[in-house]
Amino acid sequence: MQPRIHEKIRNRPAMESLTASVAEIAKQMRTCIQCGTCTASCPNEFAMDLTPRQLWRRVQIGQPEEIFTSTTFSICSSCYCCTLRCPRGLPLTDIMSALKRVAAARMIPRYRQGVHFHKAFLDSVMRHGRVREMEFMALYFMSLKHPLEPFRYFALGMRLILRGKIHMQLPARRNKKLAALFVKAEDMEKHR
Amino acid sequence: MNYLYYPGCSLTGSAREYDVSTRALMALLGAELTEIEDWTCCGASAAEAVDPMLSLSLAGRNLALAETMSAGPDILVPCSACYLNLKRAEAAVREQGGALDDINTVLAGEGVIVNDNHHIRHLLDVLSRDVGADIIIGRRVRDLAGLAIAPYYGCQCLRPYAEFDDPENPASMEPLIAATGASVHRWSMGGKCCGASHMTTDRAVALELVGAILDAAAGADAVVTVCPMCQMNLEAFQLKISRQRRNKLDIPILYLPQLLGLSMGLPADTLALDLNLSNVGVFQN
Ligand code: SF4
Ligand code: SF4
Repeated sequence: MQPRIHEKIRNRPAMESLTASVAEIAKQMRTCIQCGTCTASCPNEFAMDLTPRQLWRRVQIGQPEEIFTSTTFSICSSCYCCTLRCPRGLPLTDIMSALKRVAAARMIPRYRQGVHFHKAFLDSVMRHGRVREMEFMALYFMSLKHPLEPFRYFALGMRLILRGKIHMQLPARRNKKLAALFVKAEDMEKHR
Repeated sequence: MNYLYYPGCSLTGSAREYDVSTRALMALLGAELTEIEDWTCCGASAAEAVDPMLSLSLAGRNLALAETMSAGPDILVPCSACYLNLKRAEAAVREQGGALDDINTVLAGEGVIVNDNHHIRHLLDVLSRDVGADIIIGRRVRDLAGLAIAPYYGCQCLRPYAEFDDPENPASMEPLIAATGASVHRWSMGGKCCGASHMTTDRAVALELVGAILDAAAGADAVVTVCPMCQMNLEAFQLKISRQRRNKLDIPILYLPQLLGLSMGLPADTLALDLNLSNVGVFQN
């Protein structure tokens, strides 16, 4: 289920740490001249409530609530068009990813579905080294806790199964092929 | 022509026909592909979205494994998502900075180490620059004249690493399509985003993007792709999008090696055309 767009972030300590994260990200946006090239380049702009340019302004002046209640960062599909064209050469797609990671770490409502999607995927990779598509989707549906969600995929799932492209497999919880790599990478990321 | 080969997860599952047709085409062209032993997932977009170090480490593991093999140093990658992740790790390794040390610290636990001793190549890069249109023309046994083919590149083989094509106005597929005898469908959608994983997490947005692409393909006889995610998005939702837009948008979507293979006389089964989700009947006989 999509949370309401302007669901507020009310918890004060959480708000303070968000402000700090945004301040860190804002350093990279200092030279933005608000020209709007990013907005004009964005294929997803039609579905965003703040345009990319407006989002970058909120980042510059430090308004985490506006940033993380917007649809903008989560609707970025990382096409790199804005990065390619920004006259200031700002790595906008990577900065968008940084915002997504902040939202993911805090389970910001607007991004929850995306986080479940990524976590289910990585869970399957950690266990088998390669993603098992059927298992990954099963894990994703379980994490959504939304009983009707799987039915949106039923027809497509059947077409893939009939072509022998995916196989019925129950999640194999015991495999842990890349567990050590996952732990180590997470540890390194914290200390970078 | 010898390459190490990184198929990636999609090509072992939902994009099996991309794997089958790539191997068949490269074999016909006399290129030897050696699959990287014990390769694992590149991290896709998921690892980058959660933990950049995990993304670099997952990709780095495969680069390290590739370097232990005698074939290479070129690593052929058909999947654009894999290509981007492996390129990102390659760039970090090439900088020789802190990121390389960090990757190797993580990889130490796996008993491997990565150096700057490999070169990630997208399938389209290899087909357009190592093979080239002249070889396809020279080996053409079936002239596809009369067909108009729309080249669809998507994002990740073009951006942010502009290795072999213009990321604003890509054209590398055009001579290859022309080499089959077919004409190139003129459109501006070749490098537009298909919405990627929005198809799962923000479906309405993705349907809009794909709808616009399929609309613009009107007049073409097929669209060719070089990415499993683009392929899935363009072909699996045609019925739904047709209903939504009240317009019949069912067009064959082929992987580039399937199209080239057909013109070089490979049979439809060898190119696994029966696995495509769109109706590719016109190409099957
Ligand atoms: S294109 Fe770059 S400089 Fe222009 S508004 Fe966007 S981020 Fe700012
Ligand atoms: S990278 Fe994201 S924000 Fe930038 S143009 Fe693409 S979808 Fe829009």
